[in-house]
Amino acid sequence: MNVHADTKERVEKLQGLGSSRKRVEDARFTQGAGNYVDDIKLPGMLFGDFARSPYGHARIKSINKDAALAVPGVVAVLTAEDLKPLNLHYMPTLAGDVQAVLADEKVLFQNQEVAFIVAEDRYIAADAADLVEVEYEELPALVDAFKAMDDDAPLLREDIKDKMEGAHGPRKHHNHIFHWEEGDEAGANQALADAEVTVEEMITYQRVHPCPLETCGCVASMDKINGKLTLWGTFQAPHAVRTVASLITNIPEHNIRVVSPDIGGGFGNKVGVYAGYICAAVASIVTGVPIKWVEDRIENLSTTAFARDYHMTGKLAATRDGRITGLHCHVLADHGAFDACADPTKFPAGFFHICTGSYDIPVAYCGVDGVYTNKAPGGVAYRCSFRVTEAAYMIERMIDVLARKLDMDPAELRMKNFIRKEQFPYTSALGWEYDSGDYHTAMDKALESVDYKALRAEQQENRAAFERGDTRKLMGIGVAFFTEIVGAGPVKNCDILGLGMFDSCEIRIHPTGSAIARLGTISQGQGHATTFAQILATEIGIPAEDITLEEGDTDTAPYGLGTYGSRSTPVAGAATAMAGRKIRAKAQMIAAYLLEVHEGDLEWDVDRFQVKGNPDAHKTMKEIAFASYNQAIPGLEPGLEAVSYYDPPNMTYPFGAYICVVDIDVDTGVTDVRSFYALDDCGTRINPMIIEGQVHGGLTEALAIAMGQDISYDEIGNIRGGSLLDFFLPTAVETPLWQTDHTTTPSPHHPIGAKGVGESPNVGGVPAFSNAVHDAFAHKGLTHTQMPHDHWRVWETARKLGLTG
Amino acid sequence: MIPGSFDYHRPTSVDEAVGLLAGHAGNALILAGGHSLIPMMKLRMAMPEHLIDIQDIASLSSIEVSGPQIEIGANVTQAELIASEDLEQHCPILRETSLQIADPQIRNVGTLGGNVANGDPGNDMPAIMQLLDATYVLSGPDGSREVKARDFYEAAYFTTRDEAEMLTSIRFTAPPAGHGSSYMKQKRKIGDYATAAAGVVLTMSGDTCASASIGLTNVADTPLWAEDASNALIGTTLDDAAVSAAVDAAKAITDPAADGRGPAEYRTHVAGIMVQRAIQAAHQRAN
Ligand SMILES: Cc1cc2nc3c(=O)[nH]c(=O)nc-3n(C[C@H](O)[C@H](O)[C@H](O)COP(=O)(O)OP(=O)(O)OC[C@H]3O[C@@H](n4cnc5c(N)ncnc54)[C@H](O)[C@@H]3O)c2cc1C
Repeated sequence: MNVHADTKERVEKLQGLGSSRKRVEDARFTQGAGNYVDDIKLPGMLFGDFARSPYGHARIKSINKDAALAVPGVVAVLTAEDLKPLNLHYMPTLAGDVQAVLADEKVLFQNQEVAFIVAEDRYIAADAADLVEVEYEELPALVDAFKAMDDDAPLLREDIKDKMEGAHGPRKHHNHIFHWEEGDEAGANQALADAEVTVEEMITYQRVHPCPLETCGCVASMDKINGKLTLWGTFQAPHAVRTVASLITNIPEHNIRVVSPDIGGGFGNKVGVYAGYICAAVASIVTGVPIKWVEDRIENLSTTAFARDYHMTGKLAATRDGRITGLHCHVLADHGAFDACADPTKFPAGFFHICTGSYDIPVAYCGVDGVYTNKAPGGVAYRCSFRVTEAAYMIERMIDVLARKLDMDPAELRMKNFIRKEQFPYTSALGWEYDSGDYHTAMDKALESVDYKALRAEQQENRAAFERGDTRKLMGIGVAFFTEIVGAGPVKNCDILGLGMFDSCEIRIHPTGSAIARLGTISQGQGHATTFAQILATEIGIPAEDITLEEGDTDTAPYGLGTYGSRSTPVAGAATAMAGRKIRAKAQMIAAYLLEVHEGDLEWDVDRFQVKGNPDAHKTMKEIAFASYNQAIPGLEPGLEAVSYYDPPNMTYPFGAYICVVDIDVDTGVTDVRSFYALDDCGTRINPMIIEGQVHGGLTEALAIAMGQDISYDEIGNIRGGSLLDFFLPTAVETPLWQTDHTTTPSPHHPIGAKGVGESPNVGGVPAFSNAVHDAFAHKGLTHTQMPHDHWRVWETARKLGLTG
Repeated sequence: MIPGSFDYHRPTSVDEAVGLLAGHAGNALILAGGHSLIPMMKLRMAMPEHLIDIQDIASLSSIEVSGPQIEIGANVTQAELIASEDLEQHCPILRETSLQIADPQIRNVGTLGGNVANGDPGNDMPAIMQLLDATYVLSGPDGSREVKARDFYEAAYFTTRDEAEMLTSIRFTAPPAGHGSSYMKQKRKIGDYATAAAGVVLTMSGDTCASASIGLTNVADTPLWAEDASNALIGTTLDDAAVSAAVDAAKAITDPAADGRGPAEYRTHVAGIMVQRAIQAAHQRAN
């Protein structure tokens, strides 16, 4: 009896897998004691700021720096001309394109970087930025992606006008970036031709921005004595930044140290390499003093990585009783002025070919054409380079559109076409191997939890009441079922700039039985220091609170590709478990020596090795740790350390069922989200509380995107929505109560069965909200309208349907 | 998002403040709560060389209620308007409106004086002051003068206040006991200015509307007192026909700009809905 109680106590003490352990990071964050880039202050540090283009498209006739240089406290003003001798006026992007660091002869989007001012403080720098005199000749702006490849479309990229072979194959037009496709187009067309029922919609996923609380920034510090450049920055992939910095500057990689301190939210906005980083580094190399550059909010919203801007034409073929027989999809992708996405090299449209979603669709095709426009580059944020969010939105909207056409309940149509449990591992028509899933169970649980039947009955009553004139509100029920693809990725087909997308963990056990673990990833709020310690706690029997977790310093952490695309748990989490297992294997040898038994006679029990059948004869991890440092064990090196570089055999495929209920005031277009239920299956759950937090945050982002966010440009290329005056960031008041739930279908190939969850709610949430709004008007014949579903657009929909009286 | 440089002054009396304003005419601005001005300075849309912070002028911070006569000092914050029991009793539309301005942090510093002197058609208090027929008291180098709220606003950020004058207080007569009032505001989120908003104060005599006054926010380049709309209600039972006549009259004077909240047509439409709903709510509250 006591053995059992003792085991339970020891398990609890570890706070390992499955424990809702409190976040260790929060003590410093809630007390304002985090250490962010802008908290870094170095002796003699100078400040950088940009003079930026007021135009969307213009030729630079001349730049006069005299007035700016004359401001007391201004140290230098850099322009493209100053960077040319260093060959740094352009930088390579992660997508195989080049991007102007400082505008060279032309500006291609509003707020583009034109000159970099270095001054004694940021106020002086800002004053001087206003005094850089630039003479522009305005050119016609291209802001409509659909017109990018017209014969008379303005030529945007003069720097590559003769380079008709792009990074991803031939370019069809001077504003074309790439064409990429996957699947069987003839087969998909045949399925459409043969189908009893077909539907088609052009679905736009508008340009948005994640707007992290902390904007992008860096401090560059060149130590001229030892030739070492240190870069502190808001980097989601510090190791890759080091390699890229070395390639760009020709400084040997060992002489560059990149540090990501605390990061206040990333969401992909902090994956890219930005002009500010290059200019700060150059300025520090030239002046020999540290240079700080930090974006303000408008710069962040208008120049560093946005998300989406995808125009997706989807077609579904189906039988009359609702079996989907084919999918065809073509995408026009607006990449802005430079292709600065961060896709794996082979996939210029990321994993968009996950667009068959959760459904067993026999034949499918997708093709994507990327084009240049006079808009900010990026396309990285919100896992935009992986394009899963776009794919999920397209298929989840199309399923609803098909349901209307068939006059079938959208939940039922989904159930009918789900990949069945026994089909896993399942190879999709577009070539992905889904690792595990049980969609029917998840959907059943969701429908039951919200009492879907009762909701539909209530909706019938609501519609009747509306017809009678008893109410001016319409009720909508949005159902979405998503399949994510995360954990990029297997080195055989995933790399960025030739760097395989593995990740890593290095563990060192201290003599007294505590430990430090270092990873190649970097937390931006996800709570890595909490959860990765939990994985280790379970693997090596050391309490999570006795394990320090460190990330983000390239001088100390093992190489890794960083944190984005929900990849940390699937890849670095796996590396952590594997490194832990190496520790345990050595620990077993030490324990065998200490207990004078054969290794095979030992078994692992929570935090110790014990002799099989004789639990009293045991050595705890703590004892083993000490022994590893003070015993001369024949055949074993002293110490207890391990490192693992994990190349995942496959991606992981989290999924979920979301149901949203909205009430729409047709007279004003104001939409009230009455309830939102989110069931997530992310495999093994490491820390349920952190998962819940991630889901809450992601759903709030989804609400913002679906219901209000929109970064658009007027016809001359002025950005709209580039400040928080207009860009919709919901507050607690606009955010509904989230009801979370889960099923658990472990990943068969991940060492602990975990899948990754960070982006699931963003992926599944947007279609759930959008479907709910559409559902409110479905009985009036609405098939599709474009997001965001803000008040006036919803009112406009109601008006077009003749409901506004 | 970094303001230009400026000199900072912190006078302790109205005379001192006015002296500074006059001394730097054209290059100085009053700083009250700063929640309109400082964002403008960060955008460099306002570049004052001198900032005259009036928070230490104690005489501007009182709420005086004597009978129906109410006088509110320019420095009274929105939070203080909300907290005042006297105002809640005599003129509850002030609390109702204040509660729809931004969020508690902003209301803790944003002042009534700043809100009405700012001249931004998005501010909520000017329409309320117009419908209450309030009087603004201005102090300048030549002494003080009074201007009706209904005459104060010329265009966005342009008012009849002289550069060397400051607003010291706002006076109005509270609507009679038993009046009903309501402020209806549609916005995209907490912290957003109105897509359109309408305030209504009315009194009933039996079933008949004895008096009515309607103000509109953010549907033109100034706040609007909707005189015709108000008159359309007086003498009626506030039946559907009267309400829709008022709504039509109110919509007729709007001239909103298209912005992120929607096209002009939509914002005018919403103004009509806000008027309708505010009349209904005020009617219900009147006795
Ligand atoms: C996020 C956000 C949301 C907001 N939402 C709303 C909203 O929904 N509705 C709303 O009404 N307001 C809103 N505001 C504005 C807020 O209410 C301001 O506080 C108010 O408009 C100005 O008051 P202030 O005391 O801050 O004035 P300041 O910002 O200090 O001054 C505003 C202007 O008035 C002038 N001024 C101030 N006092 C005087 C005086 N005594 N005499 C002469 N001139 C003077 C100043 O020189 C300046 O030009 C919002 C503000 C923010 C930051």
